[in-house]
Amino acid sequence: MSLEPELANWSYVAMLLFVILGSWWLEFAFKIRVLRRPRLLASAILPVSVFFLVWDAFAINQNHWTFDKEQVLGIIGPFNIPLEEYLFFLIIPMAAILTLEGVKSVMKRVNR
Amino acid sequence: MRFELTYTQITVYALIITIFFDMFITKNSLLSTLRFWSSYAIIVPFQLTTNWWLTSREIVVYNSDAIIGLRLAGAPIEDLLFGFAMILAVMSLWERLLRKSGTW
Repeated sequence: MSLEPELANWSYVAMLLFVILGSWWLEFAFKIRVLRRPRLLASAILPVSVFFLVWDAFAINQNHWTFDKEQVLGIIGPFNIPLEEYLFFLIIPMAAILTLEGVKSVMKRVNR
Repeated sequence: MRFELTYTQITVYALIITIFFDMFITKNSLLSTLRFWSSYAIIVPFQLTTNWWLTSREIVVYNSDAIIGLRLAGAPIEDLLFGFAMILAVMSLWERLLRKSGTW
């Protein structure tokens, strides 16, 4: 890869930042009060994250896929799962909920 | 090398369980709503972009014995379906909790 080694370590993080930047503004643009209800948000995300992380852990430990050590930060959590992968299972669901509420907000305005 | 359970199988099970969850546990049947498919239509280009980033840069490398081999924008088709299942599950639970808390 053409990137410097140190910069390359942020490759997976860069993707996560892209998703955050692409979705967080919906909260304010549509006043959907998703991020303002962190407890409700966590109650929806965490059970699903845990469920899918179990499968992720299984797949990683079966060597279904491997992560390039040069392109992750190198912080490895429980079950051999990199930090970025844990964050993935929090950030993607959060972006999905923001999108859904954004869509519902637009649909309400259109139907009014 | 053969796997007891391939990523393809895991994906299919995840889809089945999630659809069952949405229809009978949260009782949302989001799959028959315009709001779900409108949201997914917005999400899917982003999903393909992020999957492409992870696979084309080889941040994640797949074992060819664990996947069926069909790829879309560089990423195994399983990634798209696994992501679809996760998105459906989280939206379904979110809406269930919204209704329960009376803030629908």
